[in-house]
Amino acid sequence: MSRLDIKTRDRAQTVVEGLYQDLERRIIASPPGLCPVDMASSFLKLCHAQTCGKCVPCRVGLGQLQHLLDDVLDLSDDVDLDIIQLIEKTAKTIRDSADCAIGTEAANMVLRGLQGFREDYIEHVTNHRCVASIQNLKQPVPCIALCPAEVDVPGYISLVLEGKCDDAVRLIRKDNPFPIVCALICEHPCEARCRRNLIDAPINIRGMKRYAVDHCGKVAIPERMPDTGKKVAIIGGGPSGLSAAYFLSLMGHHVTVFEKRTHLGGMLRYGIPSYRLPRERLQEDIDAILSAGVEVKTDYDIGSGDSIQKLRDDYDAVYISIGAHTHKTIGIEGEYARGVISAVEILRSMGDDTMPDFKDKQVVVIGGGNVAMDVARTAKRLGAKKVSIVYRRRRQDMTALPEEIEGAIAEGCELLDLKAPARIKSTKDGDVECLFVKPQIAGEADKAGRPRPMDAQAEEECIPCQIIISAIGQATVTEHFEQYGIPINRGNIVATRSSGIESIPGIFAGGDCVSGPSTVINAVAAGKVAAANIDNYLGYHHVIECDVEIPAPRHGDHPPCARVEMKERLPGERGGDFGEIEKGMTEEEAQYEALRCLRCDHYGLGVFKGGRVKKW
Amino acid sequence: MVKLIIDSKNVTVPEGTTILDAAEKAGIHIPHLCYLKDINEIGACRVCIVEKKGMDKLITACNNEVEQGMEIFTNSPKVRATRKANVELILSDHDCMCATCVRSGNCSLQKIANDLGIVEIPYKMIAEKNRWDKNFPLIRDASKCIKCMRCIQICDKVQDLQVWNVSGSGYRTTVGVMQNLKIQDANCSLCGQCITHCPVGALRERDDVGRMFDALADPDKITIVQVAPAVRTSWGEGIGLYKEEATLGRLVSALRCMGFDYIYDTTYTADLTIMEEGSEFLERFQNRDKYKWPMFTSCCPGWVRFVKSQYPDMVENLSSAKSPQQMFGAITKTYIADKLGISPEKIFAVSIMPCVAKKYECDVENLSDAGFGQDVDLVLTTREIDRMIRADHIKADDLKEEEFDDMFGVSTGAGVIFGATGGVMEAALRSAYFLLTKKNPDPESFRRVRGLDGWKEAVFEIEGTAIHVAVASGLGNTRKLIEAIRNDEVKYDFVEIMACPGGCAGGGGQPIHDNVEMAESRGKILYGLDRTANLRFSHENPSIQKTYEEFLEKPLSEKSHHLLHTNVNDWILNK
Repeated sequence: MSRLDIKTRDRAQTVVEGLYQDLERRIIASPPGLCPVDMASSFLKLCHAQTCGKCVPCRVGLGQLQHLLDDVLDLSDDVDLDIIQLIEKTAKTIRDSADCAIGTEAANMVLRGLQGFREDYIEHVTNHRCVASIQNLKQPVPCIALCPAEVDVPGYISLVLEGKCDDAVRLIRKDNPFPIVCALICEHPCEARCRRNLIDAPINIRGMKRYAVDHCGKVAIPERMPDTGKKVAIIGGGPSGLSAAYFLSLMGHHVTVFEKRTHLGGMLRYGIPSYRLPRERLQEDIDAILSAGVEVKTDYDIGSGDSIQKLRDDYDAVYISIGAHTHKTIGIEGEYARGVISAVEILRSMGDDTMPDFKDKQVVVIGGGNVAMDVARTAKRLGAKKVSIVYRRRRQDMTALPEEIEGAIAEGCELLDLKAPARIKSTKDGDVECLFVKPQIAGEADKAGRPRPMDAQAEEECIPCQIIISAIGQATVTEHFEQYGIPINRGNIVATRSSGIESIPGIFAGGDCVSGPSTVINAVAAGKVAAANIDNYLGYHHVIECDVEIPAPRHGDHPPCARVEMKERLPGERGGDFGEIEKGMTEEEAQYEALRCLRCDHYGLGVFKGGRVKKW
Repeated sequence: MVKLIIDSKNVTVPEGTTILDAAEKAGIHIPHLCYLKDINEIGACRVCIVEKKGMDKLITACNNEVEQGMEIFTNSPKVRATRKANVELILSDHDCMCATCVRSGNCSLQKIANDLGIVEIPYKMIAEKNRWDKNFPLIRDASKCIKCMRCIQICDKVQDLQVWNVSGSGYRTTVGVMQNLKIQDANCSLCGQCITHCPVGALRERDDVGRMFDALADPDKITIVQVAPAVRTSWGEGIGLYKEEATLGRLVSALRCMGFDYIYDTTYTADLTIMEEGSEFLERFQNRDKYKWPMFTSCCPGWVRFVKSQYPDMVENLSSAKSPQQMFGAITKTYIADKLGISPEKIFAVSIMPCVAKKYECDVENLSDAGFGQDVDLVLTTREIDRMIRADHIKADDLKEEEFDDMFGVSTGAGVIFGATGGVMEAALRSAYFLLTKKNPDPESFRRVRGLDGWKEAVFEIEGTAIHVAVASGLGNTRKLIEAIRNDEVKYDFVEIMACPGGCAGGGGQPIHDNVEMAESRGKILYGLDRTANLRFSHENPSIQKTYEEFLEKPLSEKSHHLLHTNVNDWILNK
């Protein structure tokens, strides 16, 4: 035997490594509605397999915990509620006395579960089943369940596969009147738990939608239902307001949208740069929505409590969807210097076609969200010599989509993470001279699991610049509404889950002004929910449906293969203009990708419960 | 058209056909278990799997459509081995004590396991433990449930009540009562359609055979049994008789063999129901403003349970007339006891019904008005009476035809068709016509309300007065009809509802034939009996005439009201 060996992995080890990856993807693909106690028990079994076997709490205790959890779950075993105390005691023993993290962390998972879903433990012991709220989620089609607007994803993918892009758009519009906008800029929560993760990678769902809207031609909207004579006022013509307007108008109500600015679109126009969402594409969706018979009043400011009352008097229902269009202050010394501007202001003026001049300037952007990336890339396009993005946490803690961060870097923006803005130094004339930042280190995790930034105890650094753009979040202007008596909490309007304002019948609210700054699809969903409940409030139950026939799935195996990614114009080519960056799929790519869809609407529980919602 | 090859046979079928139907067309029967045509096509049991040439994964034949040029193997070595293993897995999750199962010999799982030659199960037995209230008329045995989900689908898609739902998660997924409720609180109509569509013995009626044999053995009890109209169409099915052999006379004979003291025909009180309900309808019709419209029939307890739980504000629309079963009970312990010269306390009144909800109905406290315990002491389903015939080793096909006992075995064609959808309406209209005009119509005048359509409507003119009627069977159809009434989309005077599709002929207490709907063929037998009957009008039934003459005086008399009418509002639903 040699004195030392090079470490090599044997075949079994290699295969197990592969299985670990399969398991990771499998956990990603976990749909909503799984039994949490069952999951805890399954995790425990995995943890126990990892024990080295040395110390008692881990070797024996984790096994005993498993038996106890199985007793809780077992339909044919009679146990009483004392078992929950025993589980807790045992888990605490393991947490406090196991020799290493293998044992302590396994026990911690059980304890977190006991806190987080104790009522499910109790329901299992007393009634041998999950609490009703979990039962009701029963393994839905993942992409549909995770889409806030519940768009029929497998339906439109199958239509794309059959080349029926116009039908695909019709089907999407049943739940979402912004198919083009979402094809271009949706954050696609639908992809997160795609069952295709079990095999390789999620379907490029947004790419499929993009192919549909790029190849559908002009698709007329459904016929308007008979006139009801009811009038609905919508305050704010953003994605939420226009979605509500579209559905309510289709239902036969008279809808008037009051928009403060010159153009419709809200944040879609005044918040998202045109290289991501070209104006003419946005207009196509808006035109389709307006073709439902929506009346529009632009440059119309609902300025005071009185005019809100007037709307209430003149209309049968009011929907407030004013969005979140004002910026938050940075809160550091020197922030009122000339040259410090908010992202919201820049994007808004660009929405009205006024371009700021950043030629040869050094620009610093503060923030780590999508808006920060948008303004950084916009500044680059407006001729900035240098753009630096300053963020107090790490790159991986940014809330911006990874592809947005990559895009910004590819276009030459510089990313300075773990730098907390400390103060702004200005010239004698009051112009920005530089931003001082304090280096940070990533500290202990907060409740959401993101490490908190901590002062690195290092020297302040100076970033010379002439422009500082703050992109640290937006807020809603709620003053008039508050005066009128609409409840406000932490700067947002307080509305119920069904979009109503408690105590003020007939007034509804939704979108960013209720949720705080969020995504377009959340705004669309809020508009859809509001439309349904306003319709009911007006005494109707109009049904929105779509008679498009969904093709049967093609029979075939599903060997692992790559996911089709959309291509972009090269950074060097695109960085200087506001033309669209992304390129849609080719026909071959679209066919290939559509065929990857596992059709969870037909296979699995989708064919039985939790499948297609044909109407709402 | 799509061309394909199945087991080297060329098949051509329309686009959209399933592989299962395409194979059937080619004479190839692919075994299947969970599949229920148009109702449950979810591919849960994986028994109907087939191999598609060029594809590794097997596919289910029941819910996958044919593709142009595909080649299918229904018995390749891979299919054979996989299908067998899947059935072994199902068996491992099923209480296989076939000897004590009511569905033994009529169980789809047992048949498939036998057909596949399964002689042992290589897996650990993991059947769920059963917990159920054994006193409820509907019994679910979780240990026998194979989670095919048919019960959920029938209750949802056909009956629109959603009593059953998926419960538990992961490998503990099973069928449970909706919203974690107890079955007593779930507004179950007790139609029993889940029972007749269960492929195994997981669902059944409460078995009252033991109580019946005890009563027969008790020298102090006089057993009086009534036989419902629809039972005569089906009783032979459960004991292997041909339709021609299973005559009503042989059923009477079998009952007499078992020791029933008096054997009567529910049809007699069906006629009585017509007299009471028909008169009530005319009374309401002539005093329109005093009543809520339309008037609903009330003889189906599944329907009554439905309306009480789903539309309690419409209970007033129900006719106050009791069902024929309960009228028979009330008359048995009064008039009949008197006629026979026996003491009513000694009477044990039994009914044989195609129905599970009747077991509930006989227990409803304020339905017993004769004053001697329950008016009807026990209800047996058709399936239970078949089990009794088998238990008493009676060879029914060898029996001589016998008649019902005198007077209360006399019936009319009108009473007989009570067992089919539209029958109550037709019988009522025949007599209503007479009551209004004092002459008989052509008995075939009202045949437009016959047939299996779930929602039928017609307008009949009697002496210049138009009567708008509607008939629905199946509670899903019923809900649609009621919603239409409530939304003022339709207006009727008289509406007949039966909870089971096709009426009592397709009742939840009838013999079970997996994947075959029997309501239509059994209903035809009833209409055949009506066509050849000497008497076809309830009011012409001589026993009815005599009953009024000697006992009740006239329809809607005080005595009638006391014995033959009820206030449904007072029925307790959940106990």
